[in-house]
Amino acid sequence: MISEISQPFADYGFMRRALAGCLTLSAGAAPLGTILLLRRMSLVGDAMSHAILPGAALGYLLFGLSLTAMTLGGLLAGVLVALLAGVVTRHTALREDASFAGFYLISLALGVLLISLRGSNVDLLHVLFGSVLALDDPTLLLTAGIATATLLALALIYRPLIVECFDPGFLRLLGRQGALAHAVFMLLLVLNLVGGFHSLGTLMAVAFVVLPAAAARFWVRSVGAQMALAMAAGVLGSVIGLLVSFHLGIAASAAITLSLGALYALSLLAGTHGSVRAHRRRSAQDSVWLKTGVSP
Amino acid sequence: MNHLVLSRRGLLLATAAVAGATASAAVAGAAPPRLPVVASFSILADLVREVGGDRVEVTALVGADGDAHVFEPTPRQARQLQQARVLVTNGLGFEAWLPRLKSAAAFQGREIVASAGIAPRALPASTHAHGHAHSHGRGHDHAHAGTVDPHAWQDVRNVIAYVNNIARGLAQADPLHADHYRRRASDYVARLEALDGRIRAEFAALPAERRSVVATHDAFGYFAQAYGLRFIAVRGLSTESEPSARDLARLIGQVREERITALFVENISDPRLLQQLARETGAAVGGRLYSDALSPADGPAPTYIAMMQSNAAVLLKALAAVAPAMPAR
Repeated sequence: MISEISQPFADYGFMRRALAGCLTLSAGAAPLGTILLLRRMSLVGDAMSHAILPGAALGYLLFGLSLTAMTLGGLLAGVLVALLAGVVTRHTALREDASFAGFYLISLALGVLLISLRGSNVDLLHVLFGSVLALDDPTLLLTAGIATATLLALALIYRPLIVECFDPGFLRLLGRQGALAHAVFMLLLVLNLVGGFHSLGTLMAVAFVVLPAAAARFWVRSVGAQMALAMAAGVLGSVIGLLVSFHLGIAASAAITLSLGALYALSLLAGTHGSVRAHRRRSAQDSVWLKTGVSP
Repeated sequence: MNHLVLSRRGLLLATAAVAGATASAAVAGAAPPRLPVVASFSILADLVREVGGDRVEVTALVGADGDAHVFEPTPRQARQLQQARVLVTNGLGFEAWLPRLKSAAAFQGREIVASAGIAPRALPASTHAHGHAHSHGRGHDHAHAGTVDPHAWQDVRNVIAYVNNIARGLAQADPLHADHYRRRASDYVARLEALDGRIRAEFAALPAERRSVVATHDAFGYFAQAYGLRFIAVRGLSTESEPSARDLARLIGQVREERITALFVENISDPRLLQQLARETGAAVGGRLYSDALSPADGPAPTYIAMMQSNAAVLLKALAAVAPAMPAR
């Protein structure tokens, strides 16, 4: 049993690289997911992960499988969509989720248009699905750098960000701090999705953001603890996913995403806070908490 | 579209009236429009061009560097097909997307199945089961579900049969120029025979332990069979499935065990996996092989003959290289 867990990582460099990639992704993306969840913006994360596609596709079409070109392209497209959605939200009657939905669809369609303009259908599926089993040094350094930057930046904007989560009106009174924190947060989100897309592809990059955070929410209350637990859940899901892919022969990115999903489903059913089990046991006390999604 | 049909009828009438050898001379003088032909992918288009010369107007549905496995037709291509008099396909289940396109475009012309009459190579049972163990994504409308390998053009002798089929089909569609097609086809076949002999001689000189290579897409079964090599694929049959960690681990074990020294990237596959494999095993990445598509005109493989020559040269160079020591682990 122990050897079945450790042997694949001891024997194969690609397994260690995949694990390292997943660890760095979990470290950066999971805490972001916790905030995203608090702000009820999980689907915005999903939209953003699609929004980076045209940029990455453009980089791929112009420069091939170049890490720099695809990263910069994805980053630009993501930031552009986030900025546009922000501007629309602040200056029109449209709410943030709706403007995101609009812009990510446009972005996605632009990506498809770009690809079809090129004429020959170069295998973009590889870009869509990424290759966690083929992470090289530059890619690992990139994701590790993104995780480091994310944690440092999160520490700096932690307070205004949390305050804005609970009471956006209060922070608006204080001035520009909230808007700045929000902008930095969106930038971090885009960065992590771009990092994730190199290993899991654009379709599943958002898995490390949403699933571990959603799982952690069922076990602990404080935001800090949720972030820490989300990171741990991300790591655990990655290890399980890679081992499943190794022993059962299932495509790696799907195996990892499904493992994260399984942790989420387990937490949903058996968690101590707001899960199906906890809810049945003490529905009265928790009902307020459950409705708001915010711990008292 | 209309004037094409009319002029064709006119030509047929002319043939009937004049009869005999003088007919083709008279028609050649009038410079009638060329025969519109659509080929399913770039390699077939090149063969049609060689056989048809200036008598045909060839379009490839899947162009240079395109992947016929995951092709999605555009309306423009449907229109090209609709206006074509002849459609040339590979057959053997290679163009799984074609029946839908054909009915969508209401194609009325003649279809030439280039691989008709060749002896198809059965897929090894293991490869077949393996290809389906993956999450295949869109692989379901991809008819490698049969048990024959469609990449028959990787054996030059099969292509000689392709060329004869194409010549026969073109002659039937455009009987006025049957001689033209037959003459060009036999010239081309002579060049193909020379090519086949050259490749055969070059690979015959390789020692037995220098005959195993790894490529990212299992498209070289016919090449291996014809010229005595062994290709081991990174993926199953398709370019579209993501490999599992188990597949990759097995492959690494195999490369180490059999001391395979050459790894290849094709023009349609993900090179990152191969680089990972090279890192892990110390084998060298050998260069670019062309399997299902020609390169653009300025590349090393703009025609079928150039493609086969380029593939053979790249393979020979990598296989002849001195085997590196196994990496210390």
